[in-house]
Amino acid sequence: MITKEQVVHIAKLARLKLTEEEIVKFQKDFSSILDYFGILQSLDTKNVEPLTHSVAAENVEREDVEREADPAFSQELVDMAPSQDQGFLQVKEVFGNDK
Amino acid sequence: MELGTLGIKDIQEGLQKKTFSATELAEASFSAIREKDPKIHAFLEVTENLALEQAAAVDKKVANKEKLGALAGVPSALKDAILVKGVRATAGSRMLENYTAPYDATVVEKLKGADALLVGKTNMDEFGMGASTENSAFGVTRNPLDEERVPGGSSGGSAASVAAGEAVIALGEDTGGSIRLPASFCGLVGLKPTYGAVSRNGIIALASSLDQVGPFARTVEDCEIVFDVIRGKDPLDATSVDAQVQDPNFKIQNLRIGVPKEYFGEGLDPVVGDVIKNTLKKLEDAGAKLVEVSIPHVQYALAAYYIINTSEASANLARYDGIRYGFSKAGNTLLETYLESRGEAFGTEVKRRIMLGTYALSAGYYDAYYIKAQKVRTLLKQDFEKAFEEVDVIAGPVSPFLPFKIGEKMQDPLAMYLVDIYTVSANLTALPSLSVPAGKAENLPVGLQLMAPAFQENLLFKAGSVVEALK
Repeated sequence: MITKEQVVHIAKLARLKLTEEEIVKFQKDFSSILDYFGILQSLDTKNVEPLTHSVAAENVEREDVEREADPAFSQELVDMAPSQDQGFLQVKEVFGNDK
Repeated sequence: MELGTLGIKDIQEGLQKKTFSATELAEASFSAIREKDPKIHAFLEVTENLALEQAAAVDKKVANKEKLGALAGVPSALKDAILVKGVRATAGSRMLENYTAPYDATVVEKLKGADALLVGKTNMDEFGMGASTENSAFGVTRNPLDEERVPGGSSGGSAASVAAGEAVIALGEDTGGSIRLPASFCGLVGLKPTYGAVSRNGIIALASSLDQVGPFARTVEDCEIVFDVIRGKDPLDATSVDAQVQDPNFKIQNLRIGVPKEYFGEGLDPVVGDVIKNTLKKLEDAGAKLVEVSIPHVQYALAAYYIINTSEASANLARYDGIRYGFSKAGNTLLETYLESRGEAFGTEVKRRIMLGTYALSAGYYDAYYIKAQKVRTLLKQDFEKAFEEVDVIAGPVSPFLPFKIGEKMQDPLAMYLVDIYTVSANLTALPSLSVPAGKAENLPVGLQLMAPAFQENLLFKAGSVVEALK
């Protein structure tokens, strides 16, 4: 069983504002879904290595050469941001006193 | 002209013989969309100008007797998670309602290079999260074979567009069954390629260790033609590889089909089981050898899948922050901007999965959920490797039940997750998997799922063609 406080805590970690109804609904949903996930605990995996990728992937590298970016394309990407200044994205202060 | 009866080769022949023009093919697609889409709602946007430009270019090539691409004049639909330069890409979410793609996905470049006609973007569960296309922020898509029922998901719009004869082929994306399930529900052929076979550059990501792009078509032949166009290594997707195993000596008499007993147990609707067993029997009559195999860890696959899916999704969707692109609602602080933008623009299932993933990855739970799920993935992969020592392909149902009614599973997220029970293993283990129509039960289509070792799509197409020819 997951508590209401846990739901509120996870929502904050996930940067999601929830309504009161959503909190109630998710508390119920998570309890049944996590209950279902519990099936894995019955399986002995002591000597099993975790598989992070389904195909053996090695580091894929490229030549360390400078690649020219098309300034018009870069500007197009920046233009998607809701707030910008001289080609930079503008955000609220990151290191402030807010909680 | 009816698109519903035309295959890719018919189109090529018709263009060469000047029976019809590419412009007429584009018009036939638009006219089917105008007639059927008000009810079916397969499309979120119809790209008439783009398709007509492409059609004019094809018609010019025909007039100049130039060589045509493999998909010349073929009306093609794209799941709305696939970027087309200058066209909106919403991924079925309010978060990207006004997002216009700044570049083409690699698969789109390839379709354009093959002279396809891109007729529009199709509806989907928000960010691919769902099995019914009911989780779209822009309304549900109806199954063209029975409008009271879902087309399956998450690529339900792509499947519905082909089943309704609005497009001849479509691309979808499959993270845990999102191509194979709608193919099964709409009576189509759908391929989830081997992980790495098709580039994901320019695809809106859900769970990066599972996602693959693949085709929908009415026939195995068309599905293979599209796959050959889109596959291959791409420097812009480091996980892509160039590999395809050929088997020029295919004979149904030499085919060993593994039938995992775990795919026919509790939870399988007997009417679906009967169609699948009947098809397997016919394959045996045609000369194939049926071998009972066991995938013992398949009972853990769905739980492991949803832990990995939600964990990777929670990380992938962190990019929607109200700062860079997409929906933004400015708050008084940076934190408030995040909370408000994400809280307002994400739908219920997306929030649910982001939170489940955040929980599974959080301190104290990481080992019990995420690492545990990765270990199950290892065991499952070993199960399949062992089975493929004895057999060439593995066959079973795509879905445990028939296409369900709209609204039937929307109140119970776990019931919706269980729809994916037979499809997620191929994603967890990277294997290619084909859904091919096997017959009908209660007048609704049932798909047979075929799985093969990595990069043996070729074998799936050959075996799939035999299934297709069974009567």
